[in-house]
Amino acid sequence: MEVAAGGGCGAGPPLLLSDSEQQCYSELFARCAGASSGGPGPGPPEATRVAPGTATAAAGPVADLFRASQLPPETLHQITELCGAKRVGYFGPTQFYIALKLIAAAQSGLPVRTESIKCELPLPRFGMAKSDGEMRFGNPAELHGKKVQIPYLPTEKNSLKRMDDEDKQESQSPTMSPLASPPSSPPHYQRVSLSHGYSKLRSGTEQMHPAPYETRQPIGQPEGSSSEGPGVKPLHRQASLIRSFSVERELQDNNSNYPDEPWRITEEQREYYVNQFRSLQPDPSSFISGSVAKNFFTKSKLSIPELSYIWELSDADCDGALTLPEFCAAFHLIVARKNGYPLPEGLPPTLQPEYLQAAFPKSKWECTIFDSYSESMPANQQPCDLNRMEKTSVKDMADFPVPTQDVTTGDDKQALNSTANEPSPKDVAEDTAASKDCNSLKARPRSRSYSSTSIEETMKRGENPPTPPPRPQKTHSRASSLDLNKVFQPSVPAANSGLLPPPPALPPRPCPTQSEPVSEADLHPQLNRAPSQAAESSPKKDAPHAQPPSKPIRRKFRPENQTMESQESAAAVGGAASAAMVKPHPTVQKQSSKQKKAIQTAIRKNKEANAVLARLNSELQQQLKEVHQERIALENQLEQLRPVTVL
Amino acid sequence: MAVCIAVIAKENYPLYIRSTPTENELKFHYMVHTSLDVVDEKISAMGKALVDQRELYLGLLYPTEDYKVYGYVTNSKVKFVMVVDSSNTALRDNEIRSMFRKLHNSYTDVMCNPFYNPGDRIQSRAFDNMVTSMMIQVC
Repeated sequence: MEVAAGGGCGAGPPLLLSDSEQQCYSELFARCAGASSGGPGPGPPEATRVAPGTATAAAGPVADLFRASQLPPETLHQITELCGAKRVGYFGPTQFYIALKLIAAAQSGLPVRTESIKCELPLPRFGMAKSDGEMRFGNPAELHGKKVQIPYLPTEKNSLKRMDDEDKQESQSPTMSPLASPPSSPPHYQRVSLSHGYSKLRSGTEQMHPAPYETRQPIGQPEGSSSEGPGVKPLHRQASLIRSFSVERELQDNNSNYPDEPWRITEEQREYYVNQFRSLQPDPSSFISGSVAKNFFTKSKLSIPELSYIWELSDADCDGALTLPEFCAAFHLIVARKNGYPLPEGLPPTLQPEYLQAAFPKSKWECTIFDSYSESMPANQQPCDLNRMEKTSVKDMADFPVPTQDVTTGDDKQALNSTANEPSPKDVAEDTAASKDCNSLKARPRSRSYSSTSIEETMKRGENPPTPPPRPQKTHSRASSLDLNKVFQPSVPAANSGLLPPPPALPPRPCPTQSEPVSEADLHPQLNRAPSQAAESSPKKDAPHAQPPSKPIRRKFRPENQTMESQESAAAVGGAASAAMVKPHPTVQKQSSKQKKAIQTAIRKNKEANAVLARLNSELQQQLKEVHQERIALENQLEQLRPVTVL
Repeated sequence: MAVCIAVIAKENYPLYIRSTPTENELKFHYMVHTSLDVVDEKISAMGKALVDQRELYLGLLYPTEDYKVYGYVTNSKVKFVMVVDSSNTALRDNEIRSMFRKLHNSYTDVMCNPFYNPGDRIQSRAFDNMVTSMMIQVC
């Protein structure tokens, strides 16, 4: 890269670099820029604020590099000012090269001036003292060892020992691997978010430029844009309001200095994740169901296979729901992925749920999470347990895995094993492999995400069978059964059983009405005989016998009785006497018989009307046919006549 | 141990099929396809019995001269078919059952992933790894 051709430097005359210097600088720059998430290549189209054709080196690795030069901080300040990075707010190639040259000058003992860089200088030296930086650069390599693309420079005559070490590392690997394996959409989206993050970074850098050298401890992860801690916070607050994924990149600031850096969650990040968790699920000790989490993570615009894989990694107990540590792990993986990290083969130890829960014991609310988690777990269990006890006794969980789509059995497992599962992953320190084995050992809970809905479902299901819809009286059957179920749902089925006696009372009712016509027919001759007998013998004796059966009939046959009375006055007298005597007798029977008679008369009338209408119908049909025939005849005549007139 | 493992959906299309690459894969695909008929036959034979009574493991579906085909069906009518080398006589029924059980476990894990839509091809790496561990290692 020719510096002269690069973006406007403005710091002075064009820089002349020897070959070795050029090689060295370009390699360094590539590493610093490549170590950032965007990488030199993808910069152009999306990093709109950067001059096209250039790339920017992230402040993190650059600061590392500078510090590795073992120059005093004031010198470094001066250098950055001179090279123009502070003015333009970023380290473009020109700025970077100038800075390196200045470092070389400073290391040679020359004052830090723009004039110094005009002369020939040895290459800047970066000492081994930055063991942290090395490790940081080193470990991502080990983590992603397989996807290494070695930026191999053929002639490396510099004295940069660190470079020798880092030759093996793929500061480019994070950029290579996304292009290699996953589909192209993630890198694209990453770049979009990166440019967004870059703009924020730059504004942060401008604000906090003096601060970074002292306070900032970027771990130099290839996560890039690892920005200043304090500087990030104002941005972070804004970001937390906007629930957009592009913002999380500012939270990459891991303050600890361990290996496995990219997979370690910092306090800020953790706080942010917990806040997000809370926004999805107010109870931090509870879990997020799969569908809710799916919607949330889909907003990150990662591809579905990647999200699927992240879920696989983070959902340690494979229950279809995310607890708080699982959620943090998943979130962190997503953030890392968006920053260009290839996804690990297995869940890193720092992201294991038990580790995450143990790692942050100091904050109070997390302790309460822990406590409330264990407390609320039994509380959550109870409603499940009540419904599941019988079912669990039936199923033999140890032998056969329960099919996923059988929701109730899924809840069985959850009820049985959640108390066992939830504490146990926390307590036992396991690898990913071990955790998977552990999963197979204990019968895993399944479809926990369905638990909340299935509780109600199974409860409804449990209630519906025992409550047979009572027989309707006069309304539509379905409507009445629904209403009654709603009415009686909270109550015990005993209330429903109270309804049962009345319905059976109904069926017997038609029987007497059906038997009545028969009895009426029988009693016809009896009635004739009875009055005649009553006339002869004492009416009182026979009256009680004849009265109950004859009473219902008496109503109907009153006109007939009257006609009979005209025939036999004795019968009328007996009937009247018995009627008079019978009056105080229960009127209920009369009323019921009235009703029965009314029904019968109504039936007869309807039948007659039906017959009449049927006759009418047939007559009208015949008339219709006749009319049709007439019409046809007339039309024929018309046709016959018509051609004559036309012609 | 297995030469070919396939997961067939309820509608009888494959969700996942993998065989040892040295062999002609088409032959295995064909075997799995024909075994589906046998599976259906076995399922319908238990037809009137309740689902609870139905055994998930179907056992040997049919033997050929080189291979034996075993079947397993889940409660959601997802079928697992495994083709095993006949020369491997050391394989006992219990081992086949345990292999199917592992398959079923992994399958349920895949199902639990909310990003997996039932009916999609199975692309889970964990599932792949598990299947690889079960397949024969051919040098």
